[in-house]
Amino acid sequence: MSGIILNVVVQGVLTGLVYGLMALGLSVIFGIVRVVNFAHGEFAVIAMYAAFVLFRNFGLDPVAAMLPVAAVFFGVGYLLQSALINPFVGRAEHEQFILLVGLGMVIVNGLLMIFGPDARPVNLSYGLDSYEIGPLLIDKARLLAAAAAVVVAAILFGFFRLTALGTAIRACADNLIGAAVVGLDVKRLYALSFGIGLACVGAAGALMVTIADARPALAQAFTLQAFVIVIVGGLGSMSGALVGGVLIGVSEALAGFFFEPSMKSMFSFALLVVVLVLRPQGLMGRRA
Amino acid sequence: MPNPRSARPNRRGVLAGAAAVSAILAAPAVVRAQASALKIAVLLPRSGYLAPSGQSCHRGALIAPQVLAHYGYRVELVHIDTESSVDVARTQAERAINEGAKCIVGAFDSAGTLAMAQVCEQRQVPLVVNIAGAPQLTEQGLKYLVRNFPTGGQLVVNGLKLIKDVLAATKLAPKSAVFIHANDTFGTAQRAAMDRLFPAAGMPFQLVDSIAYDPTAQDLSVEVTKIRARSPELVLVVTRAADAIKLVRDMVRQRFEPQAVISPGSPGLYDEEFYQALGPLADYHVYNLPWADPKAPMSQALEAAFKAAHPNFRFAVDCFNVGFTVEALLVAAAAFKRAGTADGAPLMQAIRATDIADHVMIGPAIRFDDKGQNPGIPSACVQSRNRTPTVVLPAEAATMTPVLPQPSWQGRS
Repeated sequence: MSGIILNVVVQGVLTGLVYGLMALGLSVIFGIVRVVNFAHGEFAVIAMYAAFVLFRNFGLDPVAAMLPVAAVFFGVGYLLQSALINPFVGRAEHEQFILLVGLGMVIVNGLLMIFGPDARPVNLSYGLDSYEIGPLLIDKARLLAAAAAVVVAAILFGFFRLTALGTAIRACADNLIGAAVVGLDVKRLYALSFGIGLACVGAAGALMVTIADARPALAQAFTLQAFVIVIVGGLGSMSGALVGGVLIGVSEALAGFFFEPSMKSMFSFALLVVVLVLRPQGLMGRRA
Repeated sequence: MPNPRSARPNRRGVLAGAAAVSAILAAPAVVRAQASALKIAVLLPRSGYLAPSGQSCHRGALIAPQVLAHYGYRVELVHIDTESSVDVARTQAERAINEGAKCIVGAFDSAGTLAMAQVCEQRQVPLVVNIAGAPQLTEQGLKYLVRNFPTGGQLVVNGLKLIKDVLAATKLAPKSAVFIHANDTFGTAQRAAMDRLFPAAGMPFQLVDSIAYDPTAQDLSVEVTKIRARSPELVLVVTRAADAIKLVRDMVRQRFEPQAVISPGSPGLYDEEFYQALGPLADYHVYNLPWADPKAPMSQALEAAFKAAHPNFRFAVDCFNVGFTVEALLVAAAAFKRAGTADGAPLMQAIRATDIADHVMIGPAIRFDDKGQNPGIPSACVQSRNRTPTVVLPAEAATMTPVLPQPSWQGRS
């Protein structure tokens, strides 16, 4: 039985890392631009479909497709921030909410029109393989996706910590007026940040297609899940997003195993409530 | 200045007045002639997580007017998507009735159908259920509902009997089974039926666990791990296509090899989406369901129309959803012809008096009991072979013999 439980925990960790990467994008966008991307899950599903199309038409593995998808999403995010979202920065939150919820609906219905409602699987040659290590049976696809998520997160952390551009972006997040005073182009940095955030989502979506089939109906579930993760981890905290993802992944897996699998979501929302009551800024967030 | 003499009726005025009166008297006949087709709103989940099954039903609805016309029935169909949502089903049923639908057919999913049933009862518009197994549909005393589909309990009773038959036919002797089901209205109804009926069914194996899962979950790895922890030889499933795909995939990844995966009566294991996603891994699963009678003239006419209208789809895969949807429309159309009116009460009375011998699915004539339920729909044991649903029991309807235990996942080609 301990072997089975270990399997459950490992599955939760691996899945949680990919969810965490998706939530990381949300955290980056909010942490810097101060916009809550309510169309987050919808963009993740677009990325899933992009990876599906690249696999179907060119045979490109989703782990490899992550790179071009992320690059395109960076460009989309940059343009989206510059052209559509920038006017809403600093406006009332309900206006941002309505804008992005509306955008999300346009995306979901567009996907339904183009691809239909059926699930679109990516049938990888190794998609059903697993590694056996003692009592552990680890999905090969899930392991690769989780490893890629860790690499992308590490690159992102390195960018923000070690590069001049990353430092400039963090300066905007920490002190907007100070950043403007020293001559930083805030609008451009905001656009870059949104692009980086969406690139994370693009990468996560491409990896997600190795775990779940692409379907428009996943969009709202992903948005909700990303919010739960970033709130548990700490809105605006990048490490919190990953930690939150793993925590949610493991708690859902264990809850599903020991109680009723259909109640998995109940436990992640219960965890959310506990965190909000005891530590409202999230596990790794900074108190306002 | 008007001529005082024009106040007296003249021949021209009398003729004009007679023509006007004739037109007024003829109006009901004109209206009756224009309403010679019954306007039916067909509500199905053509998007959302039930979309594969909903679209399969929809393919049947699209060809139904042509098939029914061949039998002298005229219908005017309005096709509506319930989006796999209870709220949308309810509001769309209301809208359809406001826009002149005289009968509703739907909605595949029990939860949506229950919501529509309330609307139809309030508005006194007949609802003919094509596919929905929740028993409460015909247990609430609804006067404006009939169901030409087995209840969850009937499916389970028939399904359990056929499980015994297929185990005997294949000489398989499993010791234990786990029952896993979607946590929706249909799945929980099946669970309740299993809990009630399994102990008395005299099955040759024990049911060691029942597991409910969220049908919208992105993967079922935890659920399969939980099944694996119980080491059952049989897995009994109540699924839809999307979750059946996830279930089998995770069984393969976790190297869990049951002797058989059997559905006592649910969709999923025979949907085209399931076959496309899993290829050879989709074979050898067993599902006990009512099925189309290949020998019935209407079934043959339906198959010919289906092949012409939907050349990219397989009737062998769609016949369950298509057959029941066309039968529901047949019930409505035949009742309209007998009643001679689309008014709610007399039309409903005619529907309840239905007795149709020539229909699509295996079984006796379509008739409804006092509760509006057709109690006489039998199941067949169907197994996927070469990615095609194939009747394997009863022997008189079978085209192949059943094969169990299923071959190992590894090495299937």
